[in-house]
Amino acid sequence: MCWVPRFSLLRPGKPRTPKISGLVAPALCYPHRVSTTSSPSIAITPRHTALVRVTHWITVIAFLALLVTGGELVISHPRFYWGETGNSGTMPLFKIPIPSSRDTVPTGYSYVMPDQNGWSRYLHFEAAWVLVLTGLVYGIASLLNAHFRNDLFPPPAQRRWRAFRDVFANLLRSAPPDEAESRSYNAVQRVSYLLVIFVLFPLVIWTGLALSPAFDSAVPAAVNLLGGRQSARTLHFFVSGFLVIFLVVHVAMIVHAGFWSRMRAMITGRLATPSISERT
Amino acid sequence: MSNISRRRLITTGLAAVAGVAGLAAASRIARRHGLIPPDGGGLYGPGETLTYAAQRLLTRHSLAREFPRAMISKAPFANPTAPPSDAFKRLQAGGFSNWRLTVDGMVAHPTAFSLSDLKALPVHNQITEVVCEEGWSYVAEWIGTPLVNVLNAVGVLPQARYVVYFSIEPDWWESVDMADALHPQTFLTMGMNDGDLPVKFGGPLRLRVPRQLGYKSVKYITHITATDSLKRFGKGLGSASPEGGYAWYAGI
Repeated sequence: MCWVPRFSLLRPGKPRTPKISGLVAPALCYPHRVSTTSSPSIAITPRHTALVRVTHWITVIAFLALLVTGGELVISHPRFYWGETGNSGTMPLFKIPIPSSRDTVPTGYSYVMPDQNGWSRYLHFEAAWVLVLTGLVYGIASLLNAHFRNDLFPPPAQRRWRAFRDVFANLLRSAPPDEAESRSYNAVQRVSYLLVIFVLFPLVIWTGLALSPAFDSAVPAAVNLLGGRQSARTLHFFVSGFLVIFLVVHVAMIVHAGFWSRMRAMITGRLATPSISERT
Repeated sequence: MSNISRRRLITTGLAAVAGVAGLAAASRIARRHGLIPPDGGGLYGPGETLTYAAQRLLTRHSLAREFPRAMISKAPFANPTAPPSDAFKRLQAGGFSNWRLTVDGMVAHPTAFSLSDLKALPVHNQITEVVCEEGWSYVAEWIGTPLVNVLNAVGVLPQARYVVYFSIEPDWWESVDMADALHPQTFLTMGMNDGDLPVKFGGPLRLRVPRQLGYKSVKYITHITATDSLKRFGKGLGSASPEGGYAWYAGI
């Protein structure tokens, strides 16, 4: 059973689910299997709720802003350390072979990049607030309307290695996504989305907060548990890297599944698919 | 898709009105409790305001992490500064015996302190980290007198809301709110790692604000003024940093 709040933003616009005193059977919760067109060849499937679509695109904008500005900040000191401290006078764990925007960093390049840290820092933290607040709205609403349980947590049939193997096998055969996948997520999608939502984003927020000297004064464990300030910075860089890898694969899969149809689904909430059998 | 019901229209309208009213009320409360930073306007103002307000609610009294002596960095990194001015070189030639720290503004007794006056106040030490906005850091022992001792000595007035501090070098000034000005770890620093504070680390006098990024710890301090408004200083954004594009509050 899942509870659907009366707030319309949390439900797909169409078709209306019959409400039985605030409680609806799981099968009636999203995703809906009801076809809303009479055309025999094209089925319009309700796909993403307004909440998922709005928070998805806000997150896209905030994440891209964080990525660009984060990269800009790395340029001012493209060296990474482990432990509490590290600077141009100490051995780095590794360095990125790019020129720096500061002449105090030994990079091997004879020139210095323009300094863009001021606005990059302002925008990085503003975008971080947008991301965190959007994530909170999405997370709380998705607990209330059972989006996590119904759409992301793998059902029993997808909790087998076979389900994962089938996804990769289909991918290697360049097979188009099967009919079920245009209505709901496959096993690999569910696991990777859950990883991004419940592991990578919390980690990137934690490691970012640990870089705030004032926050660390109130919550010293935030940085001490990570092994020190420079470890936190290095981990922040790597977790961001994992998020970028997710982004690249995510976009590649969308291109594979049909870029414009998936794009339209994430914008309008509805997915048009060739119907295999006529459904009513 | 577009069968907007009356109920939906009414609830959406009410939600929008409540949202606007809530924002207006929140901004009035924030202003009254000093949670709006001086650079809280413009494109990045909302983010800056959220950061500063959250930090002030969370970290008004918390102490920066202190480290064991064994963690003092063998290789502290001194960020290079512009070549010293003639005024600095003259004072340096005299062994800084004529160095004066003028404290004025919203204080009962404006006073000029020599370095030995400052050393006569209770001197403390702390082993804290210098954190540069670029990403690097080091740990050192800092020896000096907490700024609060100086502010008490001159009788800072209760209406003062900010402390503005100036370097002897031109266009180098910052300010902090009273939470950081009265904080026990905000030091007028004169010594480092058991010796005098070297010139390249800000000697003879540096204001260390260990809960904020390194650029708030201005070197070569000669003037401190207490004020209830930052509007009259520079472009009114609080310090030289926002004028150069960097955030005023650097506790991040």
